Amino acid sequence: MIRSVLIAATLAAVPFAAMAGAPRRDAILSDYATQASQANPGFSGFSAQRGELLFRTRWAGGDERTPSCTACHTDRPQGPGRNAKTGRPIEPVAVSVNPKRFTDMAEVEKHFSRDCKSVLGRPCTPLEKGDYVTFMAGQ
Amino acid sequence: MRSKLPLAAAILLFAAPLRAEEKSVPAIADPLVRQECGSCHMAFQPVFLPARSWNRIMDELANHFGEDASLPPDKAQRIRAYLTANAGDAAGGGWARRYMRWVAESGTPLRITANPAFERKHRLPDAVWKDPKVVTKSNCPACHTQAEKGWFDDD
Repeated sequence: MIRSVLIAATLAAVPFAAMAGAPRRDAILSDYATQASQANPGFSGFSAQRGELLFRTRWAGGDERTPSCTACHTDRPQGPGRNAKTGRPIEPVAVSVNPKRFTDMAEVEKHFSRDCKSVLGRPCTPLEKGDYVTFMAGQ
Repeated sequence: MRSKLPLAAAILLFAAPLRAEEKSVPAIADPLVRQECGSCHMAFQPVFLPARSWNRIMDELANHFGEDASLPPDKAQRIRAYLTANAGDAAGGGWARRYMRWVAESGTPLRITANPAFERKHRLPDAVWKDPKVVTKSNCPACHTQAEKGWFDDD
């Protein structure tokens, strides 16, 4: 009896541990949604498809070593990347393989502010940030 | 023969720690410094630069080698305090002495890789620097796999 309870508890805990970041990620997304509707009253939700386009587009205006997100994160967000300027390995950005991603707002904002400047040559909009997180949450 | 054994043992005992000191630097003890300074590149041990260099680097984080590496003031303050307290001219000894020897008293170098102590040890063929895993000379762990722990003994 005790053993089966333990097994059940363990089984219940496994998906919970893997999903623990989801509420915090949702909170970040809802924060960006608020900002996006303030910027544009017609805002009707984030799009993984637009997020993917943002991820794969080769921009002009940023650092020539980082023309796109893929310059460091590679074409496969499920795989490891490498910082194109420093050579430092980067953990996968896809949430399915790296559930810690997009769970700390300060950390997320820090990276968007650095990386958008480097890749796009300008800050990202709340819509772009939400689209990107939505895309990665489904990867 | 018997008389040589203690001598050999003594050499082994004393030579090993000496070599270790020569080839290693104190690892970064503060997890905040490890995390924030190690976010985009290896967190370089503060002994490689004098305190005034770290102060200048912390003053200029908004343009950190062309990158905006700004940090919230509370974190920046704690990191600055750690880096300056453990800087090459504050800590002294071992590798710090070797690197500080080349720094002019009024000099404020920003690049560890421009120090002659670094250059002398890194006269390597172009092919090594062009390896896609290396990318730049400041990517110590590409070759020194224990660099972040302060070990550079694998060359």
